[in-house]
Amino acid sequence: MGRYVVRRLLQMIPVFVGATLLIFLMVNVMGDPIAGLCGERRCDPATAAQLKREFGLDKPVWQQYLTYMGNVFTGDFGTAFNGQEVTELMSTAFPVTIRLTLIAILFEIVIGITLGVVTGLRRGRPVDSGVLLLTLVVISVPTFVTGLLLQLLLGVKWGWIRPSVSSEAPFDELILPGLVLASVSLAYVTRLTRTSIAENRRSDYVRTAVAKGLPRHRVVVRHLLRNSLIPVVTFIGADIGFLMGGAIVTERIFNIHGVGYQLYQGILRQNTQTVVGFVTVLVLVFLVANLVVDLLYAVLDPRIRYA
Amino acid sequence: MRGAMHARWAACAVAVALAATACGGGNGGGSGDAGAVLSASWGDPQNPLEPANTNEVQGGKVLDMIFRGLKRYDPETGEAKDMLAERIETSDSRNFRITVKDGWTFSNGEKVTARSFVDAWNYGASLRNNQRNSYFFGYIEGYDKVHPEDGGKQTADTLSGLKVVDERTFTVKLTQTFSTFPDTLGYNAFAPLPRAFFDDHDAWVRKPVGNGPYRVESYTRGSQMSLRTWEDYPGEDKAQNGGVDLKVYTDNNTAYTDLMAGNLDLVDDVPAAQLKNVKNDLGDRYLNTPAGIIQTLAFPYYDDAWNKPGTEKVRKGLSMAIDRKQITDTIFQKTRTPATDWTSPVLGEDGGFAEGLCGEACEYRPDEAKKLIEEGGGLPGGRVTITFNADTGSHREWVNAVCNSINNALDNERACTANPVGTFADFRNQITGRKMGGPFRAGWQMDYPLIQNFLQPLYYTNASSNDGKWSDKEFDRLVDRANQETDTAEAIKLFQQAEEVVRDRMAAIPLWYQNGSAGWSERLSDVKLNPFSVPVYDQIKVS
Repeated sequence: MGRYVVRRLLQMIPVFVGATLLIFLMVNVMGDPIAGLCGERRCDPATAAQLKREFGLDKPVWQQYLTYMGNVFTGDFGTAFNGQEVTELMSTAFPVTIRLTLIAILFEIVIGITLGVVTGLRRGRPVDSGVLLLTLVVISVPTFVTGLLLQLLLGVKWGWIRPSVSSEAPFDELILPGLVLASVSLAYVTRLTRTSIAENRRSDYVRTAVAKGLPRHRVVVRHLLRNSLIPVVTFIGADIGFLMGGAIVTERIFNIHGVGYQLYQGILRQNTQTVVGFVTVLVLVFLVANLVVDLLYAVLDPRIRYA
Repeated sequence: MRGAMHARWAACAVAVALAATACGGGNGGGSGDAGAVLSASWGDPQNPLEPANTNEVQGGKVLDMIFRGLKRYDPETGEAKDMLAERIETSDSRNFRITVKDGWTFSNGEKVTARSFVDAWNYGASLRNNQRNSYFFGYIEGYDKVHPEDGGKQTADTLSGLKVVDERTFTVKLTQTFSTFPDTLGYNAFAPLPRAFFDDHDAWVRKPVGNGPYRVESYTRGSQMSLRTWEDYPGEDKAQNGGVDLKVYTDNNTAYTDLMAGNLDLVDDVPAAQLKNVKNDLGDRYLNTPAGIIQTLAFPYYDDAWNKPGTEKVRKGLSMAIDRKQITDTIFQKTRTPATDWTSPVLGEDGGFAEGLCGEACEYRPDEAKKLIEEGGGLPGGRVTITFNADTGSHREWVNAVCNSINNALDNERACTANPVGTFADFRNQITGRKMGGPFRAGWQMDYPLIQNFLQPLYYTNASSNDGKWSDKEFDRLVDRANQETDTAEAIKLFQQAEEVVRDRMAAIPLWYQNGSAGWSERLSDVKLNPFSVPVYDQIKVS
């Protein structure tokens, strides 16, 4: 087990370097960001040159990348164009996004898995067809439509919630955005669980458990669900990284100043330091989440062993 | 059970509605509560919040609240009026002697002296400090030493043209005569700075200190700034409310939704998509007034295809092929007005705005347009592409409309195509890299309400915003003469003559004047926009 973890951690290094290099190159291809800083006029050449020097943009790309990576390992993610340290941006943005992701994941687990179990056990019944139809609707409607619609109905028409999230972004204000963010994944989780449960319901170990005379909830929770969760856990694990980085649309609709907002602004202003910094952290989140998922397999299914 | 749930929700909704009317109905049109704080939409400033480093509206908004300069542009007329300046004297329009009024302090108690100005200007001009607005000090003698343009070494720290005479007096020497120089001093870049700015710069940027009617109470970068009325403000334009909370919105649609829900008091940028509903939603709590912004199409004069004699006919023809009225009516819902000159209505007739100066060249005449373009040798290569940045400002819609209008006029479906560029930075890069192959979007928001600001930076040979590299000796000569002219009316006449040169050569096609818009909640009254399309926060009353 320990060796397995170490091997996986070592594998992360090339993935990490490759991913950051790709992002770095992509942002660089977009061209010189300094020109956008002076509004509708030519930056005076002396100031532009000075700014380039300051942000290290006057050096060749490979050298910029090496310096950047060197700095990253000492915890210095550079400075955004508005003079703020990228680490400072991260320290304000990540807690907000983590809260949002937590709520979204919670929705996925609680509602998604519950609905999946219910429909999986009652295949073909009206509940099943109803939920199936509902998930189809949720999957086919784009997030921004769901978001704007709920915002308008709950926020403006009925006045139940604030349409936008305040800058502190406490948990209770993030419930609706979290639900919107989770909606599509939630539908997938429901469907995955449902299929998996329906399949395993007919397997031998379930029949044995029932034959042993175990109570029904124990059969469902301990035997059936535990074995059916592997594909769901894989999905949710991968979704953590996706939700954190992919919340751009949701964060924009509800005016949440999280990772999505910083990335959007960074891309618009071609701010290499911000974009690469945030994406680097997201890459790390992805890798760690994947590792945790793989380790969870062993917990869920004792037949899986890592050596 | 279910029924009970519904009933409870209904009761809540009614309670909320009652509470809302109770709040809103209390203080009708009467005078406001001087202690009440309003909330307003804001965007994250692009650059650090220093006076000489802020060149966009969002940062400018804050500077306008926390600073007062030597001059201030009247929020209604745009006229430059003395603020901290007691006297600005000159005999030759080149050497100025400026006396600062007595009794002004910064909100931290420090006195505003001649030195506060000289230090701030020296800081702004110095190359070392990377200030984006340095060029505003370019007329002052010694600028080439503190800010060498050609990449040479900076040989001085301070401008030799600035001298402190005594506590309240300093002199300015310019490199050339510039009669309207005093009127430019209302621009934010010329604001005074307290010693705290220089002594502990990081702390100052985190929480700026100025001498305006508001002081910064707290500033969370990227999300919110709380400004409160400075009780001991010595000026006459003391704030009529208790303060302003500026909230950063990523999307102006969300800000508008928040206004609808009663979560926000003031939005100063009503999204284009909502313009149709705004009358229904807000009634008379909506304002749409001219701002000092003009949109034009510029041409690449470094490309021989556009610099040949005769091409002015082609440009004129293109101008006449654009149905400005239809586009401003349908796409912009009359929040923009078809342009008939190259300045802005906010200047007023006295300030140099000449309605109809463009004449028939700015009218929609498809038949003549076609004829003129043929006379001028046809479109270079048989077609034009209009380049624009697609990331902001709903440019795509109007560029497509302009192209359609041109195509219809010329009976050629492929005469005009749109060429979107992904980001503003890339767009600016292509412009400064002289990579434009045809007309491109050029917008101009004035720095100060003077006709000079609409002409010189845009059309003077090698000027900073002369993106098309247009050059005309006659135009340059007239602008030089206008700058030397000490009589304002005469100077404006000369500028208008220069503008006529722009017209005759059709250096850029004027499209429309842009309006500023604002919507507000029932709590507010006396909301106005200044000529820079920024709300006049200090005059807003909150009930």
